[in-house]
Amino acid sequence: MTDTKADVKGARPDEQITTAPMPASQRMGAGGMTLSLTPWIVATFIMLVLPLVFTNNSALTIMNQMSITIIFALAYNMLLGQGGMLSFGHAVYAGVGGFACMHIMNASDFFASFPLPVLPFFGGLFGMGLALIIGSFSTRSAGTVFAMISLGVGQLIASSSVIIVAFFGGEEGISGDRTYAMPFFGVEFLQQIEVYYLTAGWVLISAALMYLWSRTPVGRMANAVRDNPERAEFLGYSARWVRYYSFVASGFFAGISGGLFAINYEILTEENLNATSSGLILLVTFLGGVGFFFGPILGAIVFTLVQTVLSLETELWAFYAGSLFVATVMFFPGGLAGLIMMHVPAVKLGKWKLLILPYLKTLLPAAIGILGLCALVEMTFHYRHGATGDNEMTLFWTTFDSHTVMPWLIAGAIAAIGIGIAKRTAPDLRDAWNEANTAGSKS
Amino acid sequence: MDLILVNLIDGLVTGLLLFMLSAGLTLIFSMMGVLNFAHASFYMLGAYFAYSISLALGFWIGLLLAPLIVGVAGAMVERYGLRRVHQYGHVPELIFTFGLALLIEELVQFVWGKNHVPYNSPEILEFTAFAIAGNSIPAYKIFMIFISVGIFVGLLYVLTKTRVGMIIQAALSYPRTVEALGHNVPLIFMGVFGVGTALAGVAGVIAGPVLSTFPGMAFVLGPIVFVAIVIGGLGSLWGALVASLLIGWITTFAKSYNIEMEAILNGIGIGTPENLSESPFRDLWSLTSPQIADILPYVLMVLILIFRPAGLFGKRIQ
Repeated sequence: MTDTKADVKGARPDEQITTAPMPASQRMGAGGMTLSLTPWIVATFIMLVLPLVFTNNSALTIMNQMSITIIFALAYNMLLGQGGMLSFGHAVYAGVGGFACMHIMNASDFFASFPLPVLPFFGGLFGMGLALIIGSFSTRSAGTVFAMISLGVGQLIASSSVIIVAFFGGEEGISGDRTYAMPFFGVEFLQQIEVYYLTAGWVLISAALMYLWSRTPVGRMANAVRDNPERAEFLGYSARWVRYYSFVASGFFAGISGGLFAINYEILTEENLNATSSGLILLVTFLGGVGFFFGPILGAIVFTLVQTVLSLETELWAFYAGSLFVATVMFFPGGLAGLIMMHVPAVKLGKWKLLILPYLKTLLPAAIGILGLCALVEMTFHYRHGATGDNEMTLFWTTFDSHTVMPWLIAGAIAAIGIGIAKRTAPDLRDAWNEANTAGSKS
Repeated sequence: MDLILVNLIDGLVTGLLLFMLSAGLTLIFSMMGVLNFAHASFYMLGAYFAYSISLALGFWIGLLLAPLIVGVAGAMVERYGLRRVHQYGHVPELIFTFGLALLIEELVQFVWGKNHVPYNSPEILEFTAFAIAGNSIPAYKIFMIFISVGIFVGLLYVLTKTRVGMIIQAALSYPRTVEALGHNVPLIFMGVFGVGTALAGVAGVIAGPVLSTFPGMAFVLGPIVFVAIVIGGLGSLWGALVASLLIGWITTFAKSYNIEMEAILNGIGIGTPENLSESPFRDLWSLTSPQIADILPYVLMVLILIFRPAGLFGKRIQ
């Protein structure tokens, strides 16, 4: 117990409840005033080119899913990363926006004179409307109380979705048809690719808007209120109103993502509102890193890929995702973005080359060891839950009998050796890390 | 009248069960300032451990051992997980316990499968204790009431009358002073976390046979437990008791009396619209109380948070 003091200090529940999840140096700041256009141009280019590279429909589906998650995660990070508010029911705002869009789609007379690309904006308005109501009492305090209210309200709306059939469609949800909309410059959105470009356009617009928002005085005050609400109050800002503005804006963008979901899948159910979806977006955002604007984008991309690829390979993907999440919270609270940005000083010093070899020496065996562990987990699962008589299992392109000793020994040995080597080489990595982050040469 | 009595007993059972969870949760909260999102997961672990033990050694050994194992697991989580995350602040702590809840659910599915496990109450308690106007009250329910009340009394005694309890109470309010007096405060925190989760484990052991043991059981009860401690006031033990009983009775009564919204609305002078199936408010009109029984606690919570944000018994926090 080295940090007893800090431990005891944090013990008072009423003492500084809002704290960003990382040391001050890594917290999400407003950054400089210069707005660089380069990343946006690159992003636009990539999004334009991607469907030319991956042309099949399933890739398009994944990319659409990714885009929707990106908007939702960015909106979520307006609360968590920039405002220090942890919400356990944010899916509700996306869901309500989506349901509202679905109803617009089903109002056939109105919808026939309505260009589809504008629809997500209305989803955003409905998400914002709900956030206006809920936020009026939930943003009174941040931290634990806010989290509890968000959970309660989320559960309330999710469970009443089964009861209020007129709006939420009960158990089977509601569905519609996007192609009834007024053709938009001749495009009727019959094909997946057209929907992709619509979604991509909205991703760029909303990401840019959210980025600009984080540069406005309100966005900057959100950071101040997150770090020290008391001090912000002394400066004359109402912490509550600043939180309220962030909350409402976040609700708006969540609603946009819901609207895009409605256009993309043409069906919304209770699943879009419930706590699982809310938890998932927390997972995505935190995995990507709440400390940087691009963190949630990274999280959404990586998580969607992991989800699609892993869920094809194994039944246990949620278990791995959960483990990854807990490990991230424990060891890398900065998330993926934090990990990447950690290397900026080394790169600036021009010493990043020093890190390559130690990284290879440690991370490669560690990865192999972890794969060995995964193999053990998979074999245990197969051993316990496989149908009787079905002893054959295929893992890493090899088929073997999970009821014999040999595969267990091999997997165990791989795990032990891999992690053993990684442990051995870890001190070298630490030395190299210190060396790479120190200015001037050692010798 | 008889039905009221039966419902009172049923609600009491539910309420006391909730209280066993919310007591530990609220203790942990007042001590560490962190809401343990995984609390209901420990309750689930209790049920599953007890099931596995009862297969080999019978129900009673399970009742004894499972909470112990859960408590030790909880203490380990505090020692090696939470204490590490604590340095990053409160929000990451919440996120950590949330991730833990996800992980435990996956773990349970991994070990025991996705289906219900046949965890049953012991045969010795499978008789009717007494009957009220033809409604039989199973002995197991009486047993549950006794266990929960016993635990509550024991907890109250330890907290208020023993030396250990005094130190714990002191560590709640003045951790630094208690530490200066030579007590190991982190160890006390770990102990309280362990005891809190063990309480959840006991709840799981005795609730498993009644509410059925399946991987979603933590998810079903978890949010309600939070609602209970928010209504009662975060950190207040008596508040947790009152709120748990309140929730237990409200949901039980709402389920057993079929009160229709139409009757209420007609009663206050609003007539039923003629073409009900066309009206946008048709769902409001066809609402019945059993339908909304499960969301009543949330409604109650939102109302409490709007009108009395500190909860029923909570101190006003600025």
